[in-house]
Amino acid sequence: MLKIENLHARVEDKPILKGVTLEVPAGEVHAIMGPNGAGKSTLSYVLSGRGGYEVTEGTASLNGEDLLSLEPNERAAKGVFLSFQYPLEIPGVPALTFIRTAVNAQRRARGEDEIAAPAFLKLAKEKAASLKIDFEMLKRGLNVGFSGGEKKRMEIFQMAMLSPKFLILDETDSGLDIDALKIVSEGVNALRSPERGMLVITHYQRLLDYIKPDRVHVLAAGRIVASGGPELALQLEAEGYDKYVGAAA
Amino acid sequence: MSLSTALKTGDVTALPSRRDEDWRWTDLRGLIRVLPEPAPKFDGEVAAGPFAGLADGEILFVNGRHVATSGQGDVLALRFVAATDKASQAASYAVVVEPGASLTLLESHEGRAAGYISDVSLDIAVGEGASLTRIVLVEDDAEAVDVVTARVELGAGASFAQTVLTSGARRQRIETHVAHPGAHAQARLDGIYLLNGQRHADQTTVVTHDGVDGVTSQLTKGMVADQARGVFQGRIIVQPGADQTDARMGHHALILSDKAEIDAKPELLIFADDVACAHGNTIGALDEEAVFYARQRGIPELEARAMLTQAFVGEVVERIEHAGAREIAAAWVAKQLGREE
Repeated sequence: MLKIENLHARVEDKPILKGVTLEVPAGEVHAIMGPNGAGKSTLSYVLSGRGGYEVTEGTASLNGEDLLSLEPNERAAKGVFLSFQYPLEIPGVPALTFIRTAVNAQRRARGEDEIAAPAFLKLAKEKAASLKIDFEMLKRGLNVGFSGGEKKRMEIFQMAMLSPKFLILDETDSGLDIDALKIVSEGVNALRSPERGMLVITHYQRLLDYIKPDRVHVLAAGRIVASGGPELALQLEAEGYDKYVGAAA
Repeated sequence: MSLSTALKTGDVTALPSRRDEDWRWTDLRGLIRVLPEPAPKFDGEVAAGPFAGLADGEILFVNGRHVATSGQGDVLALRFVAATDKASQAASYAVVVEPGASLTLLESHEGRAAGYISDVSLDIAVGEGASLTRIVLVEDDAEAVDVVTARVELGAGASFAQTVLTSGARRQRIETHVAHPGAHAQARLDGIYLLNGQRHADQTTVVTHDGVDGVTSQLTKGMVADQARGVFQGRIIVQPGADQTDARMGHHALILSDKAEIDAKPELLIFADDVACAHGNTIGALDEEAVFYARQRGIPELEARAMLTQAFVGEVVERIEHAGAREIAAAWVAKQLGREE
């Protein structure tokens, strides 16, 4: 599914990723943990194609297709979805309009027919109900005036509507209280399937109580310095990142 | 100094030039070397205008001549059509809204020819307690020169709401003067300009508050791409004694290219003490974070930029109270941005 090999990337002249190698097979959820400044968010941005990052070495592919040469929207059409740590507010564009535009753009890019309005609305109502999102909220400007928890729920809602092949969750737990965390996690877990892979980026172990990973990787100073099963997350929670920060430096 | 004087006399030195402070960004003298011949009487068919189906009646000018008036009611289309290439035309018209009456004026300036010069002058009186909604849709040829000047006089308790929608021309000026008596009268002066290529659009307004207790609200939003140039000049004068005036002016624009230009001059000239006046003027680029966010969801870059621009100017569209006119304005914005449904 997702295959990253020896990935190096920098911002301006500053190297951030220094040889990341990682493989997430279809059907698995992998967590990336690490201290602040390790390059976790950079990894998610490089995979999704945000400007300002230069890949100097290495490859990243999804199901054998190179991602790094594609535009962000082309990557999205191939099935890459990044749940933002800080979702943007888009005044004047109702959430439903935004999502329908995205769904249809992806369908066009894949050579599929656009979704008809009634089918889209039916799907939106179902998914909104399962995430406890008030349908009226979807008629307002996307994320405008929403709380942190509402914005994260809206990310999961978009995910459910776009049905991507590979999910990258960037610090999805930040800013969530325990009730919102449960709703968001349930929404993510509902998307787990044998065909879909997930990369869950988080600073804290807490999220992984709700979204159980198959593998946990520690990213420190731009490299994966340790990998293990779910028990690694608990160990990190108990011991902190100190020994990895020291090892990487 | 005006285009209408120059057209009447044939004297190019009568054209406004950059030496006139109020015309420094819309220089006609430097552009026009020779005034073209007056447009001939037009005998052909004129296709339906942009507000067809919405108006109860229509007043039609072609090549500067009044050719037809049909129907009547409180929603009227006022059309100025340029039908002859490289000719000049001038028209003037007066609109009187009787005290207590209500009128929606759907005004269109339709360039159905190339490289013409057009001057339209309107005198508008809105009687005591009357209300006028004026929608001005200006669709000029890229090589045209077009000046539209309206002088609006409000009675006590009158209300006047205007929205100008323009895609610009070679040189274009939409100028509105409002004589505001205060006296519970209300004026709203809005505009949208969406300019690409080498198009130029100038929205100039002058509102003079002469008496106590008047309200003026202005919101103009625009986008310039390529080598286009947008001009906004908004002047609000509050005369001595015009206390309790409430005047607010906003102009906000997006520049989408290094070679595009916006010139803005908001002016509040206040000679009374007890007033609430404010203006805001911002010029910037689209939020690149928002563009990336939309692209990450699969929306191609150009479509993302158009969608965000449409949302940006949408606030002005939403202020149009007349539902049919609002829909036409929204559709016009979508068409200009290549986002037709």
